Amino acid sequence: MQSVETATFKEEIRAFIAKNCPLSLRKPVKNFDDYYWGGKKSTSGSPDQLKWFEAMKNNGWTVPHWPKEYGGGGLSAEEYKIFLNEMARVGARKPLFSFGISMLGPALLKFGNETQKKEHLTKIAKGEIWWCQGYSEPGAGSDLAALQTRAEDKGDHYLVNGQKVWTSYADKADWIFCLVRTDPMAPKHSGISFLLIDMESAGVTTRPIKLISGKSPFCETFFDNVKVSKENLIGEENMGWAIATFLLTHERSMIGGIGDTDVRQALHDFALDHIGTSENGRLSDEIIRKEIAEIELDVATLDMTIQRSMEEAKSGKPIGAKSSFFKYVYTEINKRRYETMVAVAGTKGLGWEGNAYDDGAIAKQFCRTKGNSIEGGTSEIQLNIIAKRILHLRSKK
Amino acid sequence: MIYLLNEEQSMLKDSAKEFLKSAPVAQLRNLRDTKDNIGYDQTTWQKMVEMGWAAMVIPEQYEGLNFGYFGLGQILEETGKTLTASPVISSAVMATSAIIFCGSDAQKSEYLPKLSMGEMTATLAIDETARHNPNVIKTHLKTQNGEFLLNGKKVFVPDVHTANLIIATCKDSNGKDTLIAVNSDNNGVSINREHFMDSRNYGTIEFKDVKITESHIFVGANTESIEKVLDISRIAIAAELYGTSVEAFNRTIAYMKERKQFGVELATFQGLQHRCAIMFCELEMAQTAVLSALNAIDQDVEDIRLFASIAKAKVSKVAQLVSNEGVQIFGGIGMTDDEEIGFFLKRARVAMAILGDYNYHLDRFAVLNGY
Repeated sequence: MQSVETATFKEEIRAFIAKNCPLSLRKPVKNFDDYYWGGKKSTSGSPDQLKWFEAMKNNGWTVPHWPKEYGGGGLSAEEYKIFLNEMARVGARKPLFSFGISMLGPALLKFGNETQKKEHLTKIAKGEIWWCQGYSEPGAGSDLAALQTRAEDKGDHYLVNGQKVWTSYADKADWIFCLVRTDPMAPKHSGISFLLIDMESAGVTTRPIKLISGKSPFCETFFDNVKVSKENLIGEENMGWAIATFLLTHERSMIGGIGDTDVRQALHDFALDHIGTSENGRLSDEIIRKEIAEIELDVATLDMTIQRSMEEAKSGKPIGAKSSFFKYVYTEINKRRYETMVAVAGTKGLGWEGNAYDDGAIAKQFCRTKGNSIEGGTSEIQLNIIAKRILHLRSKK
Repeated sequence: MIYLLNEEQSMLKDSAKEFLKSAPVAQLRNLRDTKDNIGYDQTTWQKMVEMGWAAMVIPEQYEGLNFGYFGLGQILEETGKTLTASPVISSAVMATSAIIFCGSDAQKSEYLPKLSMGEMTATLAIDETARHNPNVIKTHLKTQNGEFLLNGKKVFVPDVHTANLIIATCKDSNGKDTLIAVNSDNNGVSINREHFMDSRNYGTIEFKDVKITESHIFVGANTESIEKVLDISRIAIAAELYGTSVEAFNRTIAYMKERKQFGVELATFQGLQHRCAIMFCELEMAQTAVLSALNAIDQDVEDIRLFASIAKAKVSKVAQLVSNEGVQIFGGIGMTDDEEIGFFLKRARVAMAILGDYNYHLDRFAVLNGY
């Protein structure tokens, strides 16, 4: 049953989207480059993206579910669901995509003080600051808590020295949220703090890393005697691991497709375009047809499982370690999806340059998907978490 | 709500779980070893009837509980865990649904109250081929001297040797798909009980010039409504098979926490932990597929075919995985008849095949999606 208010809200949203969302932004998203990311240095934004972004921003609908005082739309859970449904209905793209929205924001809402929330959340909502994440280090990948980047207490500030790696888009980012070691003597999980650092600070340098996809979405970031005000410490000193795990849960849910309503082209439509059908109306390659059906059956089941998880979360059962399930399953399916796309497209999935190959869009995205099961905690780490935290498979001692 | 149990459904599930402690795997083993004539425990079935399990989906006007398929699915999951043999699926789901969705008012009035009260059991005869293919129907009616004669043969019919009433697909005298109800003691009906890998009850049935009156032909039966009944049945099997799968998995996990090799529990080996974590993920997906499909029946969604094929395919695939891994992880002991994990493997293989296996439903899923 819908109340009058929700029915009205639905109509308002629908009308708003119809009026403001450009048709070019109602097409399936191919990769991260199809989004507007905001930020001080941002040169991305096409005219259509900027128009859509401005319209949504004015209502706080870049972050519809955040409180209004921090630049959000202040929508209730029910309204937010309607909002997402209406966006999905026409395939409208998110007006702003950023790690500020998907990762730092939720952590600040939970752990930040009032000043920090007012300052940073508002700028995230308005797309003014591009945030990147400083977690991994050369010696701390899967063993993240082994991180060595040091933040020394110098009275009114910290002095940060060290190196981060896989900092997504650090070369475009304005600020970085970092895990740093504030107590080198404590057990490894207990000496970590969560710090926000302005990328323009003296002593911060960043360098893109060229990946197998030929692109450089990730960077190495170096900190050489960087002064960071203590105002930028989130939560308590040495309590950063709790924030890190909270945030990783969010990141994994995000990677796992939770809350993602953006539309992708169905794999079988892609295959029908490329391979065609035989006389009985079936995809003409029977073996690829089976491969596709297996992937799409899993996609359908995963989508419903996401719905189920949202229902459970609403009834007070938090997602917790289940985020590892979503992260693992989604990324493994996505890799299968691109393996099949390359197989379906033949040389069109192998070409790397030139108009005939859309500048290697499929081939490059295929390479990129190999990182899905590495970033945000490898598939193996997710399986460890499920085995230990959900199944309690460990020694009884 | 689609996936969450309400209070009544949770209570029903809990009471089923409690009751089924009296019908554990050992009961099935005993029925098998004593070559029991019935093949299920009659006292257990009688209690199931008393608890209303035969009445779950029957409308109130026919003395049913009208509790819905989602609720019934919770019971089936529990019977899947204990591998309890009973006519719940053959009679209370398959035959009952056929009457509800294809029967006339008179047929409903005649059969449903009796089924609801456990005064009779019925079954649904579909297959005529070794591999499920409901489109192959050679069983047919012909008119002779103003009456109908039924001829044909059905295979893999669940609980057929104990059912009082057999509902079967056949071609009517115009060559169209329909359903007929035949009393098992009619002249010309011969039933042959067969023993399958899972020690449950199936058989073949042969119709030789069986006289059928108009009142035994289901007026509401056509290709579409029969397919709906099949899909409901598939979803019920999937719910039961999910229970079987999750129990096989839980037993495997429990065993890994007890069994020691090299001086440590199997649970400490990462090579096994990851396989278990993958099974956990697959079972989560299977559970979703079952819950959404059960809900789809109750919501009377426009096309339950997709839900049914997703559920039957996904659960079958997962059942194969966890039953194989269960036997493997139990090791040598898993190969013995004394250890119960083998019963799960064997039940899984039969349930996977009933009304279409993984390949059948994967193919159907693709067709339904237009490729």
